[in-house]
Amino acid sequence: MSVPAIEITGVRKAFRHRQREKGAPWWRREWKNKVALHELDLRVEAGGVIGILGPNGSGKSTLIRILGTLLTPDAGTAKVFGCDVVTDALQVRRHVNRVSVEAAFFKELSPWENMVYASRLYGNTSRGTRRRVVEIMALLGLPKYVIDQPMKQLSRGQQQKVAIARSFLTAPSLLLMDEPTTGLDPRSKKEVQAVLETLRAEREITVLLCTHDMDEAAVMCDRVLMLDGGHVLADGSPDELRGRHGADSLEDVFMHLTGKTLEAEEAEEAIL
Amino acid sequence: MIGLRSSEMSAFFGFAERQLYVYKRYWVWEVVWLFYSIVSVLSIGFLASGLSSLGAGGGSFDLRRAQLYLLIGALLWGYLSLVFMEAAYAISWERWEGTIEYTFMAPVRRITHLMGICLFAIVYGLARTFIVLIVAVVIFDIDFSHADIPGALVVLAASMAPLIGLAILTSVLPLLSPQKGEQMSFAVQGFLLLVSGVYYPLTVLPWPLQVAGFVSPLTYALAGMRTSLLQGATTADQLPTVGILLGMGAVLIPVGFGVFTWAERRAKRLGLLKRSG
Repeated sequence: MSVPAIEITGVRKAFRHRQREKGAPWWRREWKNKVALHELDLRVEAGGVIGILGPNGSGKSTLIRILGTLLTPDAGTAKVFGCDVVTDALQVRRHVNRVSVEAAFFKELSPWENMVYASRLYGNTSRGTRRRVVEIMALLGLPKYVIDQPMKQLSRGQQQKVAIARSFLTAPSLLLMDEPTTGLDPRSKKEVQAVLETLRAEREITVLLCTHDMDEAAVMCDRVLMLDGGHVLADGSPDELRGRHGADSLEDVFMHLTGKTLEAEEAEEAIL
Repeated sequence: MIGLRSSEMSAFFGFAERQLYVYKRYWVWEVVWLFYSIVSVLSIGFLASGLSSLGAGGGSFDLRRAQLYLLIGALLWGYLSLVFMEAAYAISWERWEGTIEYTFMAPVRRITHLMGICLFAIVYGLARTFIVLIVAVVIFDIDFSHADIPGALVVLAASMAPLIGLAILTSVLPLLSPQKGEQMSFAVQGFLLLVSGVYYPLTVLPWPLQVAGFVSPLTYALAGMRTSLLQGATTADQLPTVGILLGMGAVLIPVGFGVFTWAERRAKRLGLLKRSG
């Protein structure tokens, strides 16, 4: 039996924050726990694109950050290709790369300088890197002149493509994509999705795609996990989920399960 | 094992190289800082030149020696504080740029990360201090004919060990408190300036500050280099000072990494390892 790409057992994560009760004096603030993940169990075999769907605050990013060794679970275990994210963090990091909603770059540096830095962090020398960077950027449809411009001069879509190119460069076995198309214009969004399709076709890679774009998930993902308030609501392929709930879209599935729409949920959180 | 070592070495130089790229992009600021360093050292030199017109001098007071004493303090403080701040701001810098998560997710040991930053800081600090030194020598016609340069360089090299340890300890502050850590790092730097005998002997300080100066490695670094540059103390004469500095480094570096590891675990437990803190 092969080692699963992700194996999560009973993972729980809560964050503490100090809060003043309504009407309480200003100095009296009490510690409150906000649970981000409740006893999560998940097994993902290697290969394919797995979508994690849910509104803001559903626990998607917490899950990604735990798998990326940026957070430690309060309880339970999480393993990436058999390596524990807490005790074998260094090994886990060799398997993983992440593309997040914010482009995590040195903004004054060029894509080339950021990529050579990334390449070195993952143990490669700069020899041959320029050629690979140019190839990958061409694959992503980025013009060649962009390579030496400061990142801050690139559009948001171009920055996101450079982030994906950077993840290609380090050849991860597990790619964590945390809302990679959020905030992109429709054209850039489509281009990023096309890149993901190419990646999926060409490489032995497992992609965990966090998104609240249900249409994107329906098109891109082999399997979908719906989260809400840190709980798993549904798990299956997009077709299975639609069939199981007699729904036309994943949005309808979410509404059927929670009694609310994703947009309403996000609007409510924005007000809070 | 060899592969692991080579990948760590690649990352080690990668951090130094990244800092070089960042400094190249911010080159205007670097010119400004260099100008400021030169102005700062020259101001102290001219202050010493003007002491006689302020009523100092006469008797056994040696103005030339006082000027050299102050200039050495200004030059060395410029260098030591630059290395200290580069390492101490390693985390803050990543948070400002928004790359903290990416760097902490990379398959790199923290010692490699911090030492890579220190490598760049030491090389860059030496280059910048050399330029300031040349300007100071030309303007004030400094005479180093009585100095023992190898003795001073040995002390300078030995002082890097405790300085790096102290800087790593300070770099923990932004990990412990993303909101107030940076300000606390500045306060530590200011306190070191006050108690380490940069511009005056420790004896002029009130006794609690003298005690703090006694445990500051910068005190020994500055005193050691002054005795070589002003009195010609040789490398052999400097062995006790070198021993103290290396001893302090042997304690501070492991303690610094121990505290950093603890702080990183805490940050991961509390969710502080993100760009906004």
